[in-house]
This record gives sequence, C-alpha cells and structure tokens, in this order.
Amino acid sequence: MSIQSPPASSPTLTHARLPRQAPLMVGAVAVAVTAIGLVLGLGSVAAVLIGALVFLVVLPVWSLAVENRRSATDRMMTGLIWATFFVALAPLVSLVWTVVAEGSQALSGTFFTYSFYRTSLDQPVGVYHAIMGTLVITGVAALISVPVGILTAIYLIEYGKKNTFSRVVTFLVDVMTGIPSIVAGLFAFALFTLIFGPGHQSGLGGAVALSLLMIPTVVRATEEMLRLVPDDLREAAYALGTPRWRTIVRVVLPTSVGGIIAGVTLAVARVIGETAPLLLIAGIVQRTNFNPFDGSMTTLPVLIFSERNKGNIEIVWGAALVLMVLVMLLNVIARVLGKILAPKQG
Amino acid sequence: MSTTLTTKEAPAGGDPSPSWISERSGRGDAIFKGLTIAAAALILLALASVFIFLFTQGFAGFTQPAEVYSKYGSSFWGYVWPLLASTIVASLIALIIAVPLAIGIALVITQYAPSWLSTPVAYVIDLLAAVPSVVYGLWAGIYLAPKLVPIYEWLHEHLGFIPLFGDVVSSGRSISTAGLVLAIMILPIITAISREVFSRTPRLHREAALALGATRWEMIRMTVFPYGRSGVISAVMLGLGRALGETMAVVMVLSPGTLFTFNLFSGSNTPSIAANIALRYKERSEGTLEVLIATGLVLFLLTFAINFAARWAVARSERKLAG
Amino acid sequence: MKRTSFRYVVPGVAALALTLSACGAGNEGSSSNGSGNSDAPSAASGLSGELRGAGATSQEKAQEAWATAIQGLNDGNLTVDYQGIGSTDGRGQFIDGATSFAGSDSYLKDEELESARERCNGNVIEVPAYVSPIAIAFNLPGIDSLNLSPAVIADIFNNKITKWNDPAIVADNQGVELPDADISPVHRSDDSGTTKNFTDYLGKAAPDNWSYEAEDAFPVSGGKSQAAEGTSGVVELITNTENTIGYADESQIGDLGTVSVGVGDTFSAPTADGAAKVVAVSTRVEGRDATDMATDVDRTTTEEGAYPVILLSYLIACENYDDDTEAANVKGYLSYIVSDEGQQAAADAAGSAPLSDEVATEAQGIVENISAG
Repeated sequence: MSIQSPPASSPTLTHARLPRQAPLMVGAVAVAVTAIGLVLGLGSVAAVLIGALVFLVVLPVWSLAVENRRSATDRMMTGLIWATFFVALAPLVSLVWTVVAEGSQALSGTFFTYSFYRTSLDQPVGVYHAIMGTLVITGVAALISVPVGILTAIYLIEYGKKNTFSRVVTFLVDVMTGIPSIVAGLFAFALFTLIFGPGHQSGLGGAVALSLLMIPTVVRATEEMLRLVPDDLREAAYALGTPRWRTIVRVVLPTSVGGIIAGVTLAVARVIGETAPLLLIAGIVQRTNFNPFDGSMTTLPVLIFSERNKGNIEIVWGAALVLMVLVMLLNVIARVLGKILAPKQG
Repeated sequence: MSTTLTTKEAPAGGDPSPSWISERSGRGDAIFKGLTIAAAALILLALASVFIFLFTQGFAGFTQPAEVYSKYGSSFWGYVWPLLASTIVASLIALIIAVPLAIGIALVITQYAPSWLSTPVAYVIDLLAAVPSVVYGLWAGIYLAPKLVPIYEWLHEHLGFIPLFGDVVSSGRSISTAGLVLAIMILPIITAISREVFSRTPRLHREAALALGATRWEMIRMTVFPYGRSGVISAVMLGLGRALGETMAVVMVLSPGTLFTFNLFSGSNTPSIAANIALRYKERSEGTLEVLIATGLVLFLLTFAINFAARWAVARSERKLAG
Repeated sequence: MKRTSFRYVVPGVAALALTLSACGAGNEGSSSNGSGNSDAPSAASGLSGELRGAGATSQEKAQEAWATAIQGLNDGNLTVDYQGIGSTDGRGQFIDGATSFAGSDSYLKDEELESARERCNGNVIEVPAYVSPIAIAFNLPGIDSLNLSPAVIADIFNNKITKWNDPAIVADNQGVELPDADISPVHRSDDSGTTKNFTDYLGKAAPDNWSYEAEDAFPVSGGKSQAAEGTSGVVELITNTENTIGYADESQIGDLGTVSVGVGDTFSAPTADGAAKVVAVSTRVEGRDATDMATDVDRTTTEEGAYPVILLSYLIACENYDDDTEAANVKGYLSYIVSDEGQQAAADAAGSAPLSDEVATEAQGIVENISAG
C-alpha cells in the first residue's frame, strides 16, 4: 500500500482499521474464556473448543463493526484457515501421546530380547521375533525392489527418453503406485497358494507383496534425483571418452546417491508398517524365524493386529511404540541423508 | 525432438553419445543397457502378472454357486455391492472431512505462515503420513471411537430425521469413525499436492490482486484457487484412491455386519472390500478365495480408474501451468 | 569422494545382517525346566520340530497353556503353533492339509467329515478337549448377575427386546435396578463354533422366538447390535462398552456380569458342574467312526442346576499321518491335552471344566492309536 492519500482528501479511500494487536487481544480473551471454562469444570476439549469459537466469532464481528464486510470476511477466513492446521494437529498429538504413554509401560529388557515362545507360563514374552521378522521381510523386499527400481529409473532417464517402451513403463509405475496393499497381498497369497499348495506362508511371499508396493516409490525417487544431475557432467564425461555405462555408474549415480538413498529409506519407511499383505502371506508364529523361504514369519504390524484381537493390550501398545519409533527413525535418517549427501549445485 | 524418428532397431531416442564411444566400449554399454531394460521389463511383467493372475483366478469368483455368496447375497453382484457401497461411503466421509482441512493447511503453508514456520508445519503434516495404518487402527478403535459416541448421539437426537444419522452403536465402531480415520490418513496426501500447486501461483498474479486492494482472502479466491483448481482435483482423487484401498484402519475400527445401511452410526454395516478380504481370507470353503480375488479385482479396477483420472488431471494442470 | 559412500554402506549392511542372524531370541535356547515332571504321558516327551494347528478362538487360552507346557516337557525342541482363527476356518485349514490338527467348538459336519476322511486317508479322530459353559455376559455397572429365560435371551439377540428395563427382563429380576438404556447385543463377526452352539441353544430352547438354524455365522444383523472378531474380541468389546450383552466361552470373560439362564422353572448360572450335568444327559451322534466322539448336546434338559448353553470343544486330527515326526507330535500333544495333567493345566490357566474320567479315558484310548505310515 504505497499510495498515500493526502490527509485532507476524501475519506473514502481509507477506512478505520482495527489496531495491529487486535488478533492478539482477541486471542487473549479466548484463552481467558478457555481458562474460565476449565475452572468451571468443563471438559478440556469442550473448553478449548469454546475458546476457539470465541476467537473465530469475536474478531470478525469486531472487524465488521469497525472496518467493513470485506475485512471481516478476510479475518474470519484467516482464523478458519489457521484453525484447520490445529484441527489436523489434534489427532497426531493424541495418537503420539497415547502410543508413547501406553507403549512405554510395556518396554523392558525382555521385551526386546524375548519372543513369544515359552516353556513355562510364568516366563515373560517379548517382540524380538517380530522385530527380526519385520527387518528380514523389509530387507528382502528392499533387496528385490532397490536394484529393479534404480535400474528402471536409469533406463527411463538415461536411455529410454520418451520412447514408447519407457512411456508404457512410466504409466505402469503410476498404476503400481495405486495398487491397494491388500490387493498386492492377495496376489502374493494366491500366487504362493497356487505354487506351494494351501496354507503356505513365508517371509518371501511377504517380501514379494511389499516389493510391489515399494518399487514405484524407488523408481520415482531415483528418477527425480537423476533428473537433477546436470547434463554438463554427463557431457564432460563423454568428452573424456568415458563409455556411457561408466559415466552413469561413476558420475551420475555418485552425484545423486544421497537423494537415492534418502528415497529408498523413505520407501522402506512406507512399507515397514504395512499390515494387510503380511497378514495374508507372512502370518504369525511364536518363534523367531530368520529364514524367509520357510515358514511363517511374525512382523510387528501383524503382531499388533493379532494380539489386539486376543486382547494382550499391553504388548500391543509396546509393539506399536517400537514400530512408530522405527518408522520415525527411518524418516529422520532419510531427511538427514538427503541433506548431507545432496548434490551441490551451482 | 528426435522421438518421432525412433524405430525399434535404433537405440533409444535422445541418445546423445556419439557413435565412436559405442565402438570402443560397446560391450559394457550393451550389457548395462540390457540390465536396465530387463529391470523395466520386469516391472512390466510383474504388473501384467498381477493383472492376469487376479483376472484368471478371480474370474471363477464371478460364477460360483449361490451358497458361496450367502454372506451378503446370492450372486457375485449381490455379494460385492454392499461391500462396494461401504467402501465408497467410508471414502466419501473421508473426503468430506479431509479436503477442506487439506486445502486450509496448504494455504497456511503457502500463503499464511511466515517462511520460518511453514517448513515445520509441512513437516508435522508429513508425519501424519508416516504413522503406520495399523497404529491408526489401534488408536482409533480403542481410544477415538468411544470418544465420538456423544457427538454421534447428539447428531442422532437433533438430526435423526435424516436417515444417515440413525441409531448409534454404543462402542462408536461405525463406518463414520472409519471414515474419520481414513480422513486423517489421506489428509497429508491431499495437503502435499495442494501445497505444491498453490505455491506455483505466479507471484505477479498475487501481487497484482493485492495491489488492487484485495484482502488476502480475496487474493486467494481470485488467483490461487483458479490457478490450482485442477491440481487440487487430482490431489483429491489420489486421496480417494488411497482411502478406497485402505484395509487395517477399517478392519480395526468397524464392527462388521452383513447388511449395508446408510445409517453412518450403525454397528452392523458391511465392511469395505479391502476389510472384507482381511476378515475372510482364512476361510477355506470351496470358492471363497476366488470370490475374494474377484472382489479384489473390482477394487483394483476402481482404484486404477480413479488414479488414472487423477494422473490425467495432473498432466493437464501441468500442461496448463507450463503454457 | 561420493563414491566412497557405497563402500561403507555395503559392508556395513552385511555386518549388521550377520550380527542380527547370529543372536536368537534370549528365551529360545534349550532349557530343561519341567522335564522332570513324571505325571505327563510318556508320548508327550522326546518330541521335536513344529506342530501346526488352528481353530476355535475359545480354546486360545487353553491351547496357550498346553503348548507352553509341552514345549517345556520337550526342552524347547518342539514348537506348537496354534492359531485362533475360528472353528469353521480351523476345520477348513485342517481339511486343506495346512495344519496337522484343528480345535473346534462344534463337531465336523457330515460333508466335512467326508473331506476330512479323504485328507486323512482313513479315520478321523474327534475327541473333546474340554467342556465349557458359554457365558452370556453383559456390561451393566453395578449388576453382576441377571435371570433371563431362553425366550427373553432370544428376543434380545434378535433385536426385539431393545431396552434393559423391558418388562420381560424386569419380571424375572425383581429388586434389580435396571437402567433405561438401549441393549446392544454383541455377536461374533467371524464364523464360529461358539456362535453355532449358542444359536443351537436358542433354536432348541426357545423355538417360538428364534427361527434360525444353528449356524456358524450369526444370523441377525442391524438394530443396535455390533460384532467383533474372535472370543477375545467379543469380550474386549463388551468390557469396554456399557449396556452390551454377548456370548463367549466362560473361561475368557473375566469380571463381566453373567446371565443365569432359565432351565425348567429355575435359573442356573454358568458353572462347570452345570455343564457337566448337561454332558451327562447328552447323546453321541449316530453313525460315526469309533474314533469320533461327536456328541449332540441336550439343550432342553430341565434338570435342576444344569446349564445347557455349553460348548464341547473338540480336537480334530487324523489317525494316520504320512510323516513320522508329525504323527509323534500330534499323538504326544493330544495325549497330553486329554491327560489329567493337561486338563488341570487348562483348568488353571483358562478356567475350563476338566473332562470327566470316563470321557478322558476313552479319548486317551483313541489318541494312543495315532500312528504314521
């Protein structure tokens, strides 16, 4: 608003405005109302809601009285739009709080080192077997999907620029992104039932199902990173007589390795919490199983689901906490790696 | 572009390496390229086999004897429509709740929050996407559902004449709770894409609107929304695709029955297709697996169509943005 | 500089994988607790490998106790893996050959028996694992026990009686403060032997009010009813939700209030004695093999103190297995279950009623004939 009206000119160009601190003042009133509500014995949720309502109503009404209708609308929308964020925050806070509060009670030494296998009823149980199962299955899934995903992305970016085959593959990768996880699980379940007979369960089946979900994420992340590699680098390598594949392996990949590892880590984080496919094909056992080719394999998500059904609620919250920490850890690692190893551009 | 000239024999279009390089190291290149093609072909093969497999195995599921379908009906369509209806109702509830929230949050991040705040805000919303669905299901089934019962009761009392707000199940494990959880789960997806398109609104448009004396909200309505509309639509569709296929959050939150009802608070509504598969895969009676695969095929085709439409909308909006 | 990252990552991952696979769970090493126990049948020791079973969720607690005990008897060399997936699916998986034995709350149907004979290449073994009352449990704060006649129970579960202070309920419960609240009946969402026993009871004891067949899947839906998966799912739902009523194996209902059902002119609470009285007057199913102890429960007995809402929980297995180890494991496990010690273990852990001596001896005789080849 750089145009300034001369002080004596027609007053229609400017209008009265609320003081700058108006939102703060109304906010203080709203907080006070919330506090009074709490003192008067309202539930905390109700008190906060009433406080928010006071804020969302008073400021526009005040604005309407002092300013004009347009400003009032603007102030109301500003309040509402900020409110959306806090509304979305509520379930996250509640969920994290519940999981941490309930889950931390289950944690103990044996919780991490024991499995469900017991030889006497008074022994404690732990989730060691489920943690190992989760690591083995996601590890195998990563072993399948990382090479396939990265090589495919290399093909799409470095070789098959826009030819028909690469367009088809790009399209199919899009389709894969949309496969519901239960359908991937059903596919693996039916496939392994067909091959090995009814009731077959194995970690490998789970890994196959997870790979279907993981590959598109890996392809996407790698593609994005390869695109960031400046063509100058490639051309410089070619000019030195470096063969194309060595250029890719020695120049292009190392430049984008940070982003690719970050992308792969995020993809792992995404599938590590998958439940539905593993419920069908990996199953659940009491004992630790390291062999993905033979026998059912317990994973954390499936353990959470099935023990919840059995009512072992303490173990369930503990396992949920472990799973959440695993996922968050992977996310943080991905972020840190992405930042540290990011190609320096410019 | 050279793409139009590419033939099957020629190396992929846009190959910038001059021919003398291939002469010197043709072998290594051929092997490496062969590897990458093999990987791409493997994806093609995998997806083709998923589809063919679901189709051949599921095909038998369309024409089983009536007693196989007896859980929900007497024919395949009688079996699948209540499940489909529940799937769609839960997803619609999720969209109705999530879309306004997601747009609001995207606006907070791109238009309202100062730049030092917008990154953490975006990060917090991304955290919602990181929570495994089984943990959502656990939290919602045990903690959230009972807390919602008073709200449902209130709606039932005051708006009970609308058939949607019928008798309230006392544990709160109804399709409305499932829809709410799905809303929380798809919120980050819709937010992420909306945020992206909103942030691409040309600076000039926005500043022009403000210079004309528009308030911030008017500026958003006049420049950000028209510009981002198709992007938001595709975001909504992607969110819908995710909600349709989500399994655990529904299985762990819904108290399943065998009759579809529009009463959102009922404790005996049919489960969604995905939840039904997770509930019944253990059954070994003749034909059950085929029927489940057939319903999985229906779900797959539905999410495929929706994702396809979403991608198309994205591509269109990208073209529009580029032009 | 960037290239080095790969060099660190690869051996790092390999080393991590090695460390992980090197250490098993802290509790899975060989232990020798319990092996000195001499009460257990001799067939139950010296076993190894894995024994897979699946079925009734009502047996879950008891199976946990039995499996743990026999794992102890075999110094941790044997793993018994029992999945509570419901009686119906358990029988299905057994017939499929996915499991070596099944736990079921209802005996094999005729057509299932046919397929089971094919799967076994011979006789099918069906012996009772334990008898347990099915409690009709409710969650009404401050009320521990209610008297309900079969007709009233049927009307509650088919949504005809919808209020806790309905005159029909009040009439049998003088002096109990019944709330003016909606009744929310809870049933099983999965196919279940408990459901079959319960609906069988309703159909026979209150034929005018309950017109449905005895089925694994609960026939009524809608109204204020809700559903949960498995015995513990039902118990958990009732425990956490006021004004609910449901049915579950009595051994697993915890502190919930229970219904005393009308028998003749009196009301009987769910007790092991009451269940035993009903078993005593029940008759064997006709036309079955000598290895098949399938019994039709008499739901309409008017004997005082009898509690006719019971389930006879069976163990289903083959008389012959191809594999030696499998045969030895099934034989050992089943003979442990029907032994005095096994019955006592289940009674301690799950609160089930031990089999009568007569039944247990017969079952022991059948199980002893399990062989390979």
